[in-house]
Amino acid sequence: MSVFPYLVVVWVLAVGLYGIVTSRHLIHLIMCLIVVQSSTYVLLLAVGYRRGAVAPYFSDIPVHTPAVDPVVQALALTDVVVEAAVTALLLAFAIQAQKRFGTLDPHELVQFKG
Amino acid sequence: MSASTRRWLFLAGMAGLAAFYLWGLVGLPGFGHYPGPYGLIINKIAVAQTNATGVVSAVNFEYRGFDTVGEEFILFMAAAGVSVVLRHLRGERERPGLEQGIGADEPSTSDAVAQAALVFVGPVLVLGWWLASHAQTSPSGGFQGGVVLATAFILIYLSGGLLTFRRISPVALTDAVEAVGAGGFAAIGLAAVLMGLPYLDNYLPLGIKPGAVSSSGTIALISFFVGVEVAAALILMVGEMLEQTLLVQGEAGS
Repeated sequence: MSVFPYLVVVWVLAVGLYGIVTSRHLIHLIMCLIVVQSSTYVLLLAVGYRRGAVAPYFSDIPVHTPAVDPVVQALALTDVVVEAAVTALLLAFAIQAQKRFGTLDPHELVQFKG
Repeated sequence: MSASTRRWLFLAGMAGLAAFYLWGLVGLPGFGHYPGPYGLIINKIAVAQTNATGVVSAVNFEYRGFDTVGEEFILFMAAAGVSVVLRHLRGERERPGLEQGIGADEPSTSDAVAQAALVFVGPVLVLGWWLASHAQTSPSGGFQGGVVLATAFILIYLSGGLLTFRRISPVALTDAVEAVGAGGFAAIGLAAVLMGLPYLDNYLPLGIKPGAVSSSGTIALISFFVGVEVAAALILMVGEMLEQTLLVQGEAGS
């Protein structure tokens, strides 16, 4: 089926969002955000795929071998870097929330201010 | 809002999103029928233009070089942000421990974990170095290599505890190394401007054999600096978090 990878994208996005909405723990919530972002990797790589093509590395194959799109792969790399940065910052906030309020449950955290 | 209201609201929103997505899908070319043209053009010209056989690296450090500067500074800012967010709160103090060489209340690591981690430090360092210095020829590059290099330091923490981790990567030194990595990338670009070329233009000799370690000019050099920056940034962030968990004490104690 030629749209299957695109359906995987929306499925991964949906389960990640569902996790965020129903989360009862900040660390779990951050993990769900990573799942949401993973759907973009699948989308990027799926968009650049050419049937029968190889990876865009020409070290040991002739230069004109059909290869998949290297631009979206580079974008996926950027995506991973941004995700690492966002995750690190969010985890730092989670540590501070635990220290100040003694809980990581988002439902209890909304009661606090400041 | 109650949990079940949230869930229903989410399901309604998600149904709408999925409908729009499927609608958009109709306009996309089927999976495997890549329409081009950018990827096709770059695959055709990249090796001849840059002598880098790893076209993804060529895109990252040459064609999209300016974007990658920004990307690198995102990570730089994240490391700074983590330090700021994890600063000591009012009423907090560090447990005595790090200075006196005692591992505070650090839970002890089992011998098996400590030994296994120690065995892997060397190979992981070599792998990280190899990845960071072979962007031009293989599916690697500074970002991947930097992460692997930082992993070696985390293995050192696993086998030797926080004290050894801090001894081998003091904050001041890691900060400086991170600045060199981030600044190095920007400086390579500025050097091109000083020579009267566009920012980040590839002005170094491209080497004779495509895909050789000495080939591809600034691509290899930038990738190396990125590797240094990424490794240092990750070590800083992990160090901050370890310190919070192991050394910082609230007013009431913990």
